[in-house]
Amino acid sequence: MSGEEKKRRIVPIGPYHPLQEEPEFFKLIVEGETVVDLEIHIGYNHRGHEFISPELTYEQVPFLVERICGICSNSHPLAAVLAIEDCAGIKPPPRANYIRSIIHELERIHSHLLWVGLAGHFIGYNTVWMWAWRYREHILEVFEMITGNRNHYGANKPGGVRWDIKPEQIPQIEAVLNVVEKKTMMLTKAVLDDPVIRARLEGVGILTREQALQWSVVGPTARASGVDIDVRRDDPHAAYDQVPWNVIVLPEGDVFAKAKVRLLEIFESVRIIRGCLQNLPEGPIDTRIDEVPPGEGIGRTEAPRGEVFHYIRSDGSNRPLRHKIRAPSYMNIASNVVAVRGGSIADAALTLAAVDPCYCCTERMAAFEDGKMKFTGNELLRLSWEKTEKIRERFQ
Amino acid sequence: MSESLKLFLEQFPDTQVFEKNPRRLYLTIPREKLTAAAKFLHQERGMRLSIATGIDTRHGFEVLYHFSEDTTGIIYTVKVFAPKDDPRIEAQGSWFPAAQWIEREMHELLGIDFVGHPNLVPLLTSDTDWEQGRYPLRRDYERRNEAHER
Repeated sequence: MSGEEKKRRIVPIGPYHPLQEEPEFFKLIVEGETVVDLEIHIGYNHRGHEFISPELTYEQVPFLVERICGICSNSHPLAAVLAIEDCAGIKPPPRANYIRSIIHELERIHSHLLWVGLAGHFIGYNTVWMWAWRYREHILEVFEMITGNRNHYGANKPGGVRWDIKPEQIPQIEAVLNVVEKKTMMLTKAVLDDPVIRARLEGVGILTREQALQWSVVGPTARASGVDIDVRRDDPHAAYDQVPWNVIVLPEGDVFAKAKVRLLEIFESVRIIRGCLQNLPEGPIDTRIDEVPPGEGIGRTEAPRGEVFHYIRSDGSNRPLRHKIRAPSYMNIASNVVAVRGGSIADAALTLAAVDPCYCCTERMAAFEDGKMKFTGNELLRLSWEKTEKIRERFQ
Repeated sequence: MSESLKLFLEQFPDTQVFEKNPRRLYLTIPREKLTAAAKFLHQERGMRLSIATGIDTRHGFEVLYHFSEDTTGIIYTVKVFAPKDDPRIEAQGSWFPAAQWIEREMHELLGIDFVGHPNLVPLLTSDTDWEQGRYPLRRDYERRNEAHER
């Protein structure tokens, strides 16, 4: 390699990232093809929820925080109502707890399928993308049946849930679960057995266990690095301590492990939903909260991407005095600084996306400013596809 | 009493403990002891930093570091106070990467000075035309009709 090529250059990804819904700006600092450092700029999508929330009543707050994320739109309201209930010291009725778990796990299934689909698209496996999104659709139909919406379910309120699951809906939900489980099993086997996918994803973007602890990452990102944490088990809420299920933990820390954790978690979610549907207790779905006394409360739950954390300070009025919100990606994105180091540009965008930081606008990004090279979103995709293609040729 | 709390109180006997419920503990300590306390919780007890919360109250700033002990499901919230006229707190981001972002955020939204932070530049408003030094989460923040002004 000549001295010219060894010079450091900057490859900007974003603020419109090829894989991510929220605008984020990653400055990759590269030497030749190797990424040596990363700078992250966020704030393009800052909407001031923590500022708005103290102006709303406790009944309104779940509707506000539901709009934080379109994919995990149940996690934030659930954590917020858990914080309000913690502050007020009340417990929702058992039936509400079970329904909360059912909605929350359905959301995890659709979110993980979405990620698997996009990850497949990104490495050039568009069949995986089509499959995963096709079966995700059934889950959205279940949401529409239960809550009337495919997204933004409005399911949680302080003291309980807004939507009941009717007895005649249970067989329909179970039928969908059977289809999704069968098809996801097929997809999982196809993905995990594919030598090309293995070669493409194994050893890419490794986050070691020590780094995961240092950066306090959460969710599948942590569990794929051998950190055995899951708020559903560790800090039981809703009905998670009432039904049998397992936490999936893998030691490798690479993108393949992250994909595998998410795929296997889908089956655990199916188990949780089945268990909850079978044991769904009778009774009311909400309790009345007369007042939220002065004090503080913490609510947290395991979103598809990891722990969602809400803190509420009350002064005894019907509005929170302070509402702190922390989404899982806040911890996970920061850890990209160590995960992309030493990898190639073709792997960088994949590694950045492997923490699943909510994405949808697939093909928009800024051009390279060096004057010589120019990467658009499509070109990054092409780079990634070419690498997969090379690996595929090696296997033939 | 949980094992970690017992050891914490041995190390920091002047802690005020408030037990909201068995899984939500609030530990108020003098701000000089914050680094030692955070190092004890993370390095010796293996806790994860969930997040930190900054609050502007009538009596000054409160900064809450929420540590999660995942083996027991307990959240240990370490609470420190900083007076309005001297809003300085030792930065935890200097030794704990997980605290870097949130300290930058509290610095720009509340105006708390984190002493020793490796990179205390604004996190959310660095690439905007937001006027630095206006702290929207402070009690005396004046709401202006930005659209009208333009």
